[in-house]
Amino acid sequence: MTLGVLSTNLINILPLSIVVLWACVLLLVDLFIPKDSKAWTAVLSAVGMLVAMGLSIAQFGVDTQAFGGMLRIDGFSQFLTILVLGSGLVAVMLSYDYLTRLGIQRGEYYVLLMFSISGIMLMSMAADLIVVFLALELLSIPLYVLAGFARPRTDSEEAAIKYFLLGAFASGFLVYGVAIVFGATGFTGLTEVLQAIEGGSANLTLLAVGAALILVGLSFKVAAVPFHMWTPDVYQGAPSSVTAFMAIGAKVGGFAALMRIFVTSLGALAVDFTAVLWGIAAVTMILGNIVAIAQKNIKRMLAYSSIAQAGYILMALVPYGQKEIAQDAIAAALLYLIAYALMSFAAWAVVITLEKAEGKGLELSDYAGLGRKYPVLAIIMTVSMLSFTGIPPTLGFVGKFYLFRSVVDGGFIWLAIIGVLTSLVSAYYYLRVVIYMYMQEGEPTVHRDNWVYLMAAATGIGMVLLGIFSLPLLNWAYQAAISAF
Amino acid sequence: MNFLLHPLILVTFFPLLGVLVILFINRENKTVIRWVALITSLVTFGISLWVLALFHPADPNLQMVVDVPWIEVAGWRISFLMGIDGMSILLVLLTTFLTPISILSTWTAVEERVKEFMIFFLLLEVGMVGVFLSLDLFLFYVFWEFTLVPMYFLIGIWGGPNRVYAAVKFFLYTMAGSILMLLAILWLGISQGTFSVPELIANASIPANIQFWLFLAFAAAFAIKVPMWPLHSWLPDAHVEAPTAGSVILAGVLLKMGTYGFLRFNLSLFPSASIRLAPFIGVLAVIGILYGAMVSYAQKDVKKLVAYSSVSHLGFVMLGLFAINLQGIEGGILQMVNHGISTGALFLLVGMIYERRHTREMDAFGGLWKVLPVYATLTLIVTLSSMGLPGLNGFVGEFTILLGAFGSQALNSPWFAALAAIGVILAAVYLLYMFQKLFLGPVDKEENRVLLDLNFREIVTIVPLLILIFWIGLYPSPFFNLMQASVTKLVETMQVAAMAGLP
Repeated sequence: MTLGVLSTNLINILPLSIVVLWACVLLLVDLFIPKDSKAWTAVLSAVGMLVAMGLSIAQFGVDTQAFGGMLRIDGFSQFLTILVLGSGLVAVMLSYDYLTRLGIQRGEYYVLLMFSISGIMLMSMAADLIVVFLALELLSIPLYVLAGFARPRTDSEEAAIKYFLLGAFASGFLVYGVAIVFGATGFTGLTEVLQAIEGGSANLTLLAVGAALILVGLSFKVAAVPFHMWTPDVYQGAPSSVTAFMAIGAKVGGFAALMRIFVTSLGALAVDFTAVLWGIAAVTMILGNIVAIAQKNIKRMLAYSSIAQAGYILMALVPYGQKEIAQDAIAAALLYLIAYALMSFAAWAVVITLEKAEGKGLELSDYAGLGRKYPVLAIIMTVSMLSFTGIPPTLGFVGKFYLFRSVVDGGFIWLAIIGVLTSLVSAYYYLRVVIYMYMQEGEPTVHRDNWVYLMAAATGIGMVLLGIFSLPLLNWAYQAAISAF
Repeated sequence: MNFLLHPLILVTFFPLLGVLVILFINRENKTVIRWVALITSLVTFGISLWVLALFHPADPNLQMVVDVPWIEVAGWRISFLMGIDGMSILLVLLTTFLTPISILSTWTAVEERVKEFMIFFLLLEVGMVGVFLSLDLFLFYVFWEFTLVPMYFLIGIWGGPNRVYAAVKFFLYTMAGSILMLLAILWLGISQGTFSVPELIANASIPANIQFWLFLAFAAAFAIKVPMWPLHSWLPDAHVEAPTAGSVILAGVLLKMGTYGFLRFNLSLFPSASIRLAPFIGVLAVIGILYGAMVSYAQKDVKKLVAYSSVSHLGFVMLGLFAINLQGIEGGILQMVNHGISTGALFLLVGMIYERRHTREMDAFGGLWKVLPVYATLTLIVTLSSMGLPGLNGFVGEFTILLGAFGSQALNSPWFAALAAIGVILAAVYLLYMFQKLFLGPVDKEENRVLLDLNFREIVTIVPLLILIFWIGLYPSPFFNLMQASVTKLVETMQVAAMAGLP
């Protein structure tokens, strides 16, 4: 590859190049920033992400590829890139004060965050299974480190080692799956795999085995049942600001790959995989929602809630074999990812505000009396919980409405019924937070930080306003979904 | 701007302005907050009277239609579609009328967190009026589900000792019904390509066998809300625990959302299924009438008694609606209004005595007539109205319903009306029993001797309801005139559809 070609490629993926380069440089720059002014590192990383976001927005309407078709830059990747960069910015806002408070303010935090984000961006562009694996590792390894960032706190270390061991195991599944797909078709590029299937030169049985292993690996990342075991412990043990990002980033990455791989190249396996995905989605919704009821710790509750939410998004993949409906379904999933990011960040912001040192302030009973003492925080949390449940007029409702639409449209009425019934179950534990906040007496104390407050207010208002005026967001999601086909 | 000044938009969203103002008032300024809420709700009532003035009773079609594209993407058109006709106008008026009365009733009853109370109350009004006006299924669902949230808080924060349980039960029960309706709405949107109710009615292209399932899914939501026997068990809990104003609105308006839903959606959208299932609904309605009445008689708590009487009264409404003829449906609609007025008034009166004595046990009272003559007289009138005494509003509604049920082809048996008539007698039994326990006999409890009679504010709260009780009882034709044209049209289209649908 000549230098000219290389630079064309790098320019095609400019937002990603910027984030990677910026992170590398920041790692060096951070050495010269004194220990008590790490705010600079935070600001610099935020600026880097803003620049990348601006460049990504400037790529509007671009549909091209890079590195010999291994990367694809289209509306789909752009949508997810902007979503994940936005999540990164929010994560920085959430983190700075929190890390200082916990005494774990270190510059590498922001650099690791940026590396993880670059992995998710790469994942959204991946058009080749090798790149999927590369991106998966790039997004995961910094997250393993971040999960243990509160060392020497044992639960943080436990979270990191657990996440790492199980994550490595899942990566193994993925690599093995990629290898088998290669064996079955002779290719790793998604379009080439599709051509091999259509050309009849693929061994379909072997392909199905490979696809199943890939599904296992990615299900782990999105925390779908039965690959969810790590979630509650890691979510609880990791520093809350890390969890907040992980809850969204890892899911966005996992779903990006799932959607791209299944929709682009595995349509031929729809007969088998529709049933498999149906089952995973159903079990994930049922188990996540039911076990969440038993949780008394808010981080564990949100962990199980995030498992359940993964189940709802997985519903969108079930009709992936029916092309007409698949577009609607992918659009619905993309919309729901945004809704999920908003409500999840709002909830985590409130959690971070109430959290005390040594993991105190995380029980549900610590939220008693919040509605009286801190009405704004309580309203934001309430909106978030209602949005998770899917009560209008929130974005969570619109998102679920379109998810259920694609499921019903695809003819999977029973999955939709499971979906709505588990939503009903979820109302029980989401409302319990509201009960504690408004209907119990207590004296909660919060740690006020303007950035966290600003972020919480913005996500809260966003959930309601976008819930009422969801058209622009939906249009964008549709454009992104159509471009992926 | 024109959009915002449309009468229907104004009547729906005006309370939001009050919410906005209240948000900026210091929470310690309770009186100011109360006045802002009261004035907001009174202005909303004024706007609804303006809507009434603009309304043409002779026109059976939807009027003052607002149709603004809302979410149009990928072949799906969800629009902000609102309109009013003879079936909804009375319920809108009832909502805007009961809201200021309820707010007035909280003047001294709610001292805690007044700011939040008023905000939730006004938000609730937005949701309720929206339910009665929206004609797009998506929009309807948004309002329908949204009403859960403020009511949940009203019960859960300002309710009685067991309020959290009641609030959660209320929320989960109602949500359980509405999510099935959501699936039916989705199915309609996918198969019919539109969410607009007028369009769906005009197309009349829902196959009869599918109508059956859609009817059931919609009925799940509405039957829980009404509540029809055997889905009523959330109601006594919610009513007993809710604060007075909450009970008034719950009984007066929220339950009507269920019956209105049957009328607007089940009857209009699924005519052939409605006619097919009418006898089943009739059976449930009659069971509700008798069961509600008998359980009422067994209660010791006045508020519980009134709560169970709602099950009985709304059984009449359902029987009337599913008689599917002119008298039945007209009587049903009028009875919705009557029940809102009479039961609303009863809950207000129960609330007033509770504020004085902090108990609602009937055994704690007796002989109150001598101590509280004004209170007793007012209660007597309201009780008689709820019983269906000729000359008062309840009689007109129940009589019309029974007339409709007797002549109904859909129910096709005089037994429905005959058994329901027993319900009227039972109503007299439990209501007079209640009255006797409270007001007659000697004053044998010391605490009761020193009770103060109603003050000016309390009388002002009740009198508007009394005026309506007499007005509807003596001269109901203006009310029937408002709904006549629309109901006639509904009955006619249903008959046509039934002819086409039946083999």
